[in-house]
Amino acid sequence: MINADRIIASLIIISSLYFMWHAISLPIGWNGIEGGPGGGAFPFWLSIVMLVCASIIFWRSSSGTKFQKFSFDTTMIKPILLVAVSLLCTVGLISFIGAYIAIFLFLFWYLRVIGRHSVGLSVTIPVLTPILMFFFFEVTLKIMLPKGVSEPLFLPLYAKFF
Amino acid sequence: MDLLTLLSDGFATSLSPFNLMIVILGVTAGLFIGAMPGLGSVNGVAIVLPLTFVVPPASAIILLAAIYYGAMYGGAISSILLGIPGASTAVATTFDGRPMAQKGQAALALIAAAFASFVGGTIAVILFTLFAIPLADVALAFGPAEEFALVLLAFTTFVGLGGDDILKTIIMICLGLVLSTVGLDLISGQPRLIFGDLPGFYSGISFLVLAIGVYGVGEVLYTIETSKSNPTVSNAKITFKDLYTGIKTISSYTKTMSIGSFLGFFVGMLPAAGATPASLMAYGLAKQTSKKPETFGDGNIEGVIAPETANNAASTGSLLPMLTLGIPGSPTTALLLGGMVMWGLMPGPMLFIDQPDFVWGLISSLYTANVAAVLINIALIPLFVWALRMPFSVLCAIVLVLCIVGGFAPNQKMHDVWLIVLFGYTGYLLRKADYPLAPLVLALVLGPLMEKSFRQTLIAEQGNILAFIERPLSATFIFLSLLFFIWPLVGLLRSSKREHPHFSSKRPDFLKQNS
Repeated sequence: MINADRIIASLIIISSLYFMWHAISLPIGWNGIEGGPGGGAFPFWLSIVMLVCASIIFWRSSSGTKFQKFSFDTTMIKPILLVAVSLLCTVGLISFIGAYIAIFLFLFWYLRVIGRHSVGLSVTIPVLTPILMFFFFEVTLKIMLPKGVSEPLFLPLYAKFF
Repeated sequence: MDLLTLLSDGFATSLSPFNLMIVILGVTAGLFIGAMPGLGSVNGVAIVLPLTFVVPPASAIILLAAIYYGAMYGGAISSILLGIPGASTAVATTFDGRPMAQKGQAALALIAAAFASFVGGTIAVILFTLFAIPLADVALAFGPAEEFALVLLAFTTFVGLGGDDILKTIIMICLGLVLSTVGLDLISGQPRLIFGDLPGFYSGISFLVLAIGVYGVGEVLYTIETSKSNPTVSNAKITFKDLYTGIKTISSYTKTMSIGSFLGFFVGMLPAAGATPASLMAYGLAKQTSKKPETFGDGNIEGVIAPETANNAASTGSLLPMLTLGIPGSPTTALLLGGMVMWGLMPGPMLFIDQPDFVWGLISSLYTANVAAVLINIALIPLFVWALRMPFSVLCAIVLVLCIVGGFAPNQKMHDVWLIVLFGYTGYLLRKADYPLAPLVLALVLGPLMEKSFRQTLIAEQGNILAFIERPLSATFIFLSLLFFIWPLVGLLRSSKREHPHFSSKRPDFLKQNS
């Protein structure tokens, strides 16, 4: 079985190196004239601490079984992946078809397909949520949510409420 | 007396009809959030925070504090009725609360939990009122050196007292601090860590984005994994007779309530401790001092009273360092602190001088929130029983939608929403691998203060690093930090000779979500 502890430690090591690579574009040493460290020092040296700790975790998990634990309920991998991918697709869709339609589709998909709820509930919640969102964000807070290609559909509403 | 004048002025603010309505709204929302398994005060505050722009800052903080308070009360409801803690802070309440419900005493257990929470909360608010001014006065003497040393102390308490794997805790603190440096350098103004010149990173990573990701999206994924089937909900009906008998029974346990309140308040003040360890410690202490310790775990009412007084007292306790020193005592208060900064208010001693109306309005609202919470809690019990029957999938779907729109609203950038999803998935995996998330959020909130105070001190002292130990207060904090850092190392050395369970990476699951 692949040791998940080691995978996470490796990812942290890679992230630390990536942070360090970006941090060195600013001075990371001691600034003799002003006093104190340069702008890149804080992220650079903290990334080194992360790197060292993650390396020890990596070494520790390879050397013994004491610290190896990452229990995962395998029967739940499918629903978790399904939710994770649905969420990614929804966020991706927001820029194209707008938040209201994307969220309607997400809720309908989640409740009907993932949650296996009745058609009544699977339609009521997805319809009511965007309506409430519109009145809370756009009408009350004057915060425009992204609408993408669905923008023209909202023009009559803008005329009525603004 | 000066204190009473300030407090009465505060009541003038908090008892205004609008703020009173805000308290009632917040407490009710908090009770529901706390009662829902998987969602605690930190999740509630993270999800609701971006929606608070609709009200002025003073009312917004009162609303969030009321949610925080309500969630502490609400956590006990699902502990008793479902046997699943509504929040990690209510874990200890399940030990005896659930057996009481199974024996048909659900109503008594719920009344005990509500009134114990009320007593714990009230004692803690009184202690808060007494300690706030002296602590703020001490903090007035703080310069950048002391600020840096204090933040360092807050982080080392996680290493020394957090109870998680030390290396993983250090990684999480460093990761939070590194993420806090994204954006423009505080001193030189140059961009740093903008990852390939992505414009979204120029303004830095908001604590809110991380919190919504980790405590919203991450939490939903965790809840999906851990809740395969819907558990059975015990029924509870409360009559006035039950209420009278309940209060009469509870009032004979003054010792248990006092232990819980004082212990909870002081443990709550420590950044690494908070309400969960406080309630577990109070449970343990109540068992030790009880006349019938053998009945603990089988439905002893003291086993409900002790943790419930302690977790409410701890939630108030953790507000004290946040408000007076600008150092949060828990992830939830870290979010409150971040929220205050977002609204242009800087928590710390100067807040007591510059914004007394705000500070005392908030403190006095804690008194009203306590009264409101106990009344609403008892009155709405039938509604909670109904709400707990709501399928998890409906709750999860709504929380995810709130995360998306709540993450977008403050800055109106899709960049933030993408980051929320990224942090959500990463947070879920890190939590699965036993990486503590509380230090990560706290580090992101305190990171800018830590770096700024460190560099300011060194610039003022021409690079003299000894400046941190030349000032007595700063030297004391540094010394304590070293102590907290060395303490687990001593433990590790001892455990290598003799296997010691405390320092292993094992930690009960319910302690992972420190709040």
